[in-house]
Amino acid sequence: MKMKLQRSDKIFEYEVPLSGVTLLEALGYIKENIDSTLAFSSGCRSSVCGSCTVRVNGKEVLACAYKPKNDDLIQPLRNMPVLRDLAVDMDRALAFNKIAKAWGLPKEEALHVSGEDAKRNELQSDCILCSACFSACPVYAVNEDFIGPFALTRALRYVNDIRQKDIKPTIEAIQTNGIYDCTLCNECVPVCPQGVAPKQDIEILRNKSGIMGYFNPNILAGFDDGLNF
Amino acid sequence: MVDILIIGGGGAGLTAAIHAKKNGANVTLVSKTYPTRSQTCMAQGGINAAIGANDSIQSHISDTLKSAQGLADEELVGILCEQGIDAIKWLDRIGVPFSRDNGIAQRKMGGASFVRACYAKDYTGLKILHTLYDQCNAYDINMLSERFLIDLAVIDGKVYGAYLLNIKTSTVELLHAKSVVLATGGYAKVYGKHSTNHVGSTADGIAAALRAGAKISNMEFIQFHPTALKKSSILISESARGAGGYLVNSKAKRFTDELASRDKVSLAITNEMQKGEEIYLDVRHLSAKFINEHLPQEKKLADLYENIDLTKQLIPILPAAHYTMGGICVDKNCATNVQGLYAVGECANHMVHGANRLGGNSLLEIVVFGKIAGEAACAYTKKEMPACKADKHKDIPSQINTNPTVDFYKKRTELAEIFYTNVGVKRNEQGLLVALEYIQVLQDELKNMGVKNTKLAYNTELAEFLEFKNIVLVAKTVVLSALRRKESRGAHYREDMPNKDDNYSADTICYQENDEIKFL
Ligand SMILES: Cc1cc2nc3c(=O)[nH]c(=O)nc-3n(C[C@H](O)[C@H](O)[C@H](O)COP(=O)(O)OP(=O)(O)OC[C@H]3O[C@@H](n4cnc5c(N)ncnc54)[C@H](O)[C@@H]3O)c2cc1C
Ligand code: SF4
Ligand code: SF4
Ligand code: FES
Repeated sequence: MKMKLQRSDKIFEYEVPLSGVTLLEALGYIKENIDSTLAFSSGCRSSVCGSCTVRVNGKEVLACAYKPKNDDLIQPLRNMPVLRDLAVDMDRALAFNKIAKAWGLPKEEALHVSGEDAKRNELQSDCILCSACFSACPVYAVNEDFIGPFALTRALRYVNDIRQKDIKPTIEAIQTNGIYDCTLCNECVPVCPQGVAPKQDIEILRNKSGIMGYFNPNILAGFDDGLNF
Repeated sequence: MVDILIIGGGGAGLTAAIHAKKNGANVTLVSKTYPTRSQTCMAQGGINAAIGANDSIQSHISDTLKSAQGLADEELVGILCEQGIDAIKWLDRIGVPFSRDNGIAQRKMGGASFVRACYAKDYTGLKILHTLYDQCNAYDINMLSERFLIDLAVIDGKVYGAYLLNIKTSTVELLHAKSVVLATGGYAKVYGKHSTNHVGSTADGIAAALRAGAKISNMEFIQFHPTALKKSSILISESARGAGGYLVNSKAKRFTDELASRDKVSLAITNEMQKGEEIYLDVRHLSAKFINEHLPQEKKLADLYENIDLTKQLIPILPAAHYTMGGICVDKNCATNVQGLYAVGECANHMVHGANRLGGNSLLEIVVFGKIAGEAACAYTKKEMPACKADKHKDIPSQINTNPTVDFYKKRTELAEIFYTNVGVKRNEQGLLVALEYIQVLQDELKNMGVKNTKLAYNTELAEFLEFKNIVLVAKTVVLSALRRKESRGAHYREDMPNKDDNYSADTICYQENDEIKFL
């Protein structure tokens, strides 16, 4: 099987004499047998740690959950610095979780949570922070401070948690460079290996923000532009 | 200088960080992967606590002690099981999305007298780990990733920080701290491809502790999970057997009680394999509807790694190294014998699993002892402390052989095979001696091994070589410990000494002195 790997700005071709293996196993084969300088990230090998995301023919996939085909082009994720070859630096992307204040803010008293309550944020908490959505999001081309899909999904996870003492800090944190900077293009949804839908979560957060009295600044800006015509 | 340096971002390290910070310490947490990528995320089954209506702390204690086969400490097991209840309440309050029925949903795991394992779908570890990570953000804990612990900085039996390799730049950083907490996970990757573990479970913290003069114990106790996929050792969870799956040999015959404890089932499989049989897990008699609903993960993994449809085909399986009971010796405050050095989680031996860990007790251990370690380290740093003189600069990358004549990747695979065959589910004196000799030769050969990649930016070959050196050191302690334990107990089965022997009801404790492993 022939595989093409983008390493820095060049494309390298490798012949991997294996079939039926995962892309992650194929990369391991190249590193151990052909070129030990190849860099990529891995961890669990079972699609739960979010380490091994790369792009295959332009689309984000987990290398441990994808079976490569002849002539596939493998590239690193977008929207974050490449450390080397397929390994990317996640520091900046992960920092958006903190900017979004996506964390539990417990009430003083323990609370009874029903099955129904638990369903409210079950899907959002399936996120494995693989960054596929982050890589697919076109907004970073114009605003590198955009809080982005996974951090906003995580914000909703806690906003929708009935155990949360106060949702205001989180809602406030995602007004700037957050929910209104998303173009609702939906690119983040089909690439998510966990079936999470950040775009939908962002729409829900917009509704909640509206109910809490926050405005979409873009709409106001839009009016201004209009009047200037 | 920080108060506390925590090394490792799995459940144990994150919990320790949160509690240390809560108590007023200035904390930095470093890890070689991003925290949410730690092995803790792989735990599917659950976390034990006696919160069920019919269950009791006493019952949890006695199940744990029974499985430990005389090698656990009753007081510590008591702490684990009692504080376990508060640990679950805490996890619940900070937002862990447990599955729910009337309260937190629980299921039965092997060796438990009651339904005791709290779970969050098949993502118990993932959801706990991520919730802890979010709390670390809430507490504004400084988390540095892609930092590889090379060695602890120790002078006169006292720790004052650690040497870390910044993997992004291949530079060595000395981070000063009044106290260091090791939370670097286990050593099952000594078995390489014959392990269900995360690629990073390479014994780094245990090896560094040994080099720093810490004692380690019970290294011979390694739990093998009976059903890992044959080619990849990816775990097929116990639930497949719990739901009615059979174990069969090449003649399609069942040969053991599928629901017996892990050590017994692994042994039965190994016996069968030694007769030349291939072993399979058979779930074909379960309806496709049932499988889609209850075993979707298994179905996906069998397809990915074995190219089979388990509704129609047998699943080839093998036992694989899954959990390492041994580790750094700690007291009930998680303190090691090196002043200021603490250890917690799978890298430590908290004296609660003994010869055999119960499923669901290790996630509990990391949360209960994570809190204890964080608080104890914090209390330690509040005592008056003389400023340390730190100077010694260890320039690790420049000491690495860049013209290796022996390929360490090949040796890594070889060692794993030898370990699986000779230090696996079944052991005997002869096989252990073969493994020991192999390791001794390997140690001599290490000088001819090294790193071909001389680039500084994100040199993963360098990190993997450092891991390999740690694996070799710790592998040696495993073999030596297994040779000394001339009996069979729990996960340590000696076919030449198949019975338990009361002369061996003490821990196997070792340390390193002048490059030699010595036993107490
Ligand atoms: C497939 C699987 C399923 C499991 N299921 C269950 C279950 O259902 N219930 C249960 O109780 N237990 C289960 N376990 C066991 C449990 O997951 C582990 O024992 C537990 O998560 C260990 O946590 P830890 O924090 O000690 O270590 P880990 O989660 O392994 O974290 C170790 C951390 O240390 C860091 N580190 C390691 N070396 C270095 C170094 N040199 N420098 C810097 N950082 C380093 C790593 O990056 C990582 O952040 C399972 C294990 C596996 C593999
Ligand atoms: S829907 Fe929003 S968050 Fe998702 S990719 Fe498009 S712009 Fe980015
Ligand atoms: S939302 Fe989905 S794609 Fe985005 S980081 Fe989480 S798991 Fe990955
Ligand atoms: S290696 Fe963990 S998700 Fe692929």
